[in-house]
Amino acid sequence: MSLKIEKPGLLTTIQDLGRFGHQQEGIIVSGAMDCVALRLANLLVGNPERAAVIEAVVQGPHIRFQKDMLLAITGADLSPTIAGEPVSMYRPVLVRKGSLLTFGAPRAGCYSYVAVAGSFELSPVLGSYSTYLKAGIGGVQGRALRAGDVFNCGKVKAGKVFSASSFPASANGHTAFVPAHWYPDPSLFPVYQEQPTLRVVRGPEYDLLSENSKQYLWTGKYQISLRSDRMGYHLQGAPLVMATPKELISSAVTFGTIQVPNRGNPIILMADHQTTGGYPRIGQVITADLPLLAQAGPGRIIQFTEVTLQEAHQHYLQLEQNLDTIKRGIQLKRLSL
Amino acid sequence: MEEINSANVFPSSFQLFPLGDAAIVVQFGDTISEEVHATVRAFSLLLEAQPFPGFIELVPAFTTVTIYYNPWLISQKGRYDPYQSVVDLLLPLLTQTYQEPHELPSRLIEIPVCYGGKYGPDLEFVAIHNGLSSEMVVSLHSATEYMVYMIGFAPGFPYLGGMNSLIATPRRDSPRPAIPPGSVGIAGDQTGIYPLQTPGGWQLIGRTPLTLFQPFRQSPSLLKAGDKVRFVPISEKEFLNRKELAHES
Repeated sequence: MSLKIEKPGLLTTIQDLGRFGHQQEGIIVSGAMDCVALRLANLLVGNPERAAVIEAVVQGPHIRFQKDMLLAITGADLSPTIAGEPVSMYRPVLVRKGSLLTFGAPRAGCYSYVAVAGSFELSPVLGSYSTYLKAGIGGVQGRALRAGDVFNCGKVKAGKVFSASSFPASANGHTAFVPAHWYPDPSLFPVYQEQPTLRVVRGPEYDLLSENSKQYLWTGKYQISLRSDRMGYHLQGAPLVMATPKELISSAVTFGTIQVPNRGNPIILMADHQTTGGYPRIGQVITADLPLLAQAGPGRIIQFTEVTLQEAHQHYLQLEQNLDTIKRGIQLKRLSL
Repeated sequence: MEEINSANVFPSSFQLFPLGDAAIVVQFGDTISEEVHATVRAFSLLLEAQPFPGFIELVPAFTTVTIYYNPWLISQKGRYDPYQSVVDLLLPLLTQTYQEPHELPSRLIEIPVCYGGKYGPDLEFVAIHNGLSSEMVVSLHSATEYMVYMIGFAPGFPYLGGMNSLIATPRRDSPRPAIPPGSVGIAGDQTGIYPLQTPGGWQLIGRTPLTLFQPFRQSPSLLKAGDKVRFVPISEKEFLNRKELAHES
């Protein structure tokens, strides 16, 4: 025993970077809604980037730590506190045995991630720990976390990941938690926005759109509907129409695909997207902007701006370079084993 | 949009186009046919046998193969253009796909089905709608060898081609909130099998005792793209026996 869920929150699940290799069998990828936040959380506790973490949405859980642990909280700012004191996000934090982590009002973003050093002792399904609720696999018995869930964390000693000089000398006192001195440069990872403008490349069926709809796509505003979830963000705004309606033959769709069902309200497919679809794929949110989209969440207004595939790749590579820089920086703080 | 049209290079034509910044689509035709699908499969098998660094997975569909890749790895950390790198890796495989005769492994999978009654509450409706007897519907549905074109919509859900149009029936006006796994249904001119309990509007004509989706198996889907499927009518007694056997194993 090392960690206990005392209150589950709205929809708290175990996620990693996703279940790949089985989409041709109709098995969805799942995984974190904000993969960059998940990778950072893991790096900050010395885990492999793709390790399993806890994903909380809007209303976070209460988590009791039953031994000293090293954790990091990234993603949405849901006002995390330990023993009633605000905890810094995006840095390693030593927590004392018996402490309680709680979340309060959402201040920025929707999806928050809690990684612990050594990750969790759970069984992967088809190579992944990600929870796939509809098929009931992954995570903890394929379901969202509940009050009373207890799980073991990997056998990593909290104080043995980073050098002692990472933490203030007062670390030996009786405080419930101690954040590290250092933290990664925030300019290296995405900054969530209230009303993000998302960069989009044209999708395979973009040319089917009517001229008016093409124009509206790049100039109009869309609200993310309240019925949006991990599967898809439903958009409300001027409906998009096809110049010549055409029955399409089903083909693959992916995270960030903007598809337009017959009624004209676009849907952006998210982490739990189905593997194939038959609606026109008019655009694709670039990978580098998926965290901004995921964190905007229901009720928010978004806009789209067109970029070329080359630009999308430049942003992709830039983000990977930034994460690589952060990774190398953190590596220097590690205790050699 | 970058498109490479190969009409002058290969006997049959294909197109390559991006699906966002981490996937590329190869389209082998624009109509559903066994011939186009054989090319889809031949290419998929070739690529799976020779994956490149940065290859994540592929998804075959009716006329396309979508290949997911990691732009960071495939570009060797930004040294090369990711899209061009993928195209350069795929072209030789496409050449090979067209040059070599397709010797595709072919499996025929028999799906036992208990038709009608509580397992197929819409069998009678399908019969009346088409001016046939229920027995005729069962015999037409089980006489055909179906082609699995792709798995999608839900884990293990097969898109089957080849249903006799004499038993085509529109979806139900109001979908059922929960359809039991194994249910065999008709929607328009398609037939399919529900692997998981889901809501759905298909006309249910029977149920199979087989499990189409077993997540703890190495290959969790009973069916794969390219398989042939035949439905075999069984009695309720046999259905229950086989269900019990499946439970025990």
